[in-house]
Amino acid sequence: MSEDHGHSDSHHHPEPLSPAEARARAIESLLVEKGLITTDAIDALVQMYEQDIGPLKGARVVARAWVDADFKGRLLADGANAIAEVGIESSGNQLVVVENTPTVHNLVVCTLCSCYPWAVLGLPPTWYKSFAYRSRAVLEPRAVLRDFGLDLDDSVDVRVWDSSAEVRYLVLPERPPGSEGLTEVELAGLVTRDAMIGVARVAALARAER
Amino acid sequence: MNGVHDMGGMHGFGPIQRDEETFHGDWEKRVHALLATAFTRGIGPRNIDASRHALERMLPSAYLQSSYYERWLAALQTGLVEEGVLDEASIDARASLYLRDPHAAAASRSGPSGVEREWAPRRAYQPRSDGPAPGFALGDQVMTRNIHPPGHTRLPRYARGKQGVINRIHGIHVFPDTNAHGLGPHPQPLYSVRFEAAELWGATAERAASVYLDLWECYLEKEGA
Repeated sequence: MSEDHGHSDSHHHPEPLSPAEARARAIESLLVEKGLITTDAIDALVQMYEQDIGPLKGARVVARAWVDADFKGRLLADGANAIAEVGIESSGNQLVVVENTPTVHNLVVCTLCSCYPWAVLGLPPTWYKSFAYRSRAVLEPRAVLRDFGLDLDDSVDVRVWDSSAEVRYLVLPERPPGSEGLTEVELAGLVTRDAMIGVARVAALARAER
Repeated sequence: MNGVHDMGGMHGFGPIQRDEETFHGDWEKRVHALLATAFTRGIGPRNIDASRHALERMLPSAYLQSSYYERWLAALQTGLVEEGVLDEASIDARASLYLRDPHAAAASRSGPSGVEREWAPRRAYQPRSDGPAPGFALGDQVMTRNIHPPGHTRLPRYARGKQGVINRIHGIHVFPDTNAHGLGPHPQPLYSVRFEAAELWGATAERAASVYLDLWECYLEKEGA
């Protein structure tokens, strides 16, 4: 990775820097000059973020829960330890998995900052951290869901999980109709990030081509 | 603190812009990595709660006008300056230099990445046992305290002085209100508390909706107490 150290000298130029970019570079350079960090350490972390498979991990968890009732039981009882069974490393946080049913729909938000289940979904999309989502999800979750294309009638109980502590929440979406013959791997391919945050359902098979 | 970061229930931010990206440009990734590294090396905000509080202490106008990683950058700088690692004048001077001359040299140093320390030590979640026994049981009716601490708190304004029901007992958790300020972890029971939408938002609340918050024991009192 040492060859890549030109990051500050090569691919940024010749455009001028934004004030934030200049400040970020200033802080990194000053910390390096003081011997407190190495460029390699920062590069290595950046590379991990870039290579993180993100929501694919959560999708594997969901698919396993759909095909294996015992696993689903363990997942709902103790999410952090159950995800290890599918080869997913814990983030050290407690993980609570909340299950959608025909009469219950769960939605996850963090109104105070940007808490998100990194271990299973990777780093959050920008909209999840937006002021509009943070302010509205608790006040008018049904309206937010309609913005995402999901119109739920009053027979469905909408539950919003505002992540105010070091407990992370993952939505276990409903298995879509018509998916009975699919393998676990094929099922995982249907599961979207939005469905595991709770702003969508997993699309019926007719629309999600295999 | 009653800060602008406490956004639950605010109006006026418009529709949700569906930006699916996590990062916009390499500098945002580096800021993320810098804050993560500052944590683990003990050179920035002293813990996750202090880091959040650094974000909350941004001027409200600056908070609202900054992008997500601009806010992280502000929290990183606050932490580094408050811990005496860097001084603001040096950061400002160097940032001005890079603004004037993007070709100006930035230091680069090889060496063990230490990334195993920053990322790999992902132990499975270990429940704590070093706190008092829970004072509330599943199904208990509770009332959140109407508190307005000037420092860090995780009891949002929209849920203060509200009636809820204990839905889960999460075990013992570090108390952010003291931990953010270097006043100790004061571990105590944490609960998931369910609030009916109408209790939080009144007559115009959406129907068949509820909000669950994770709240520490000392935010709660027995209903009618």
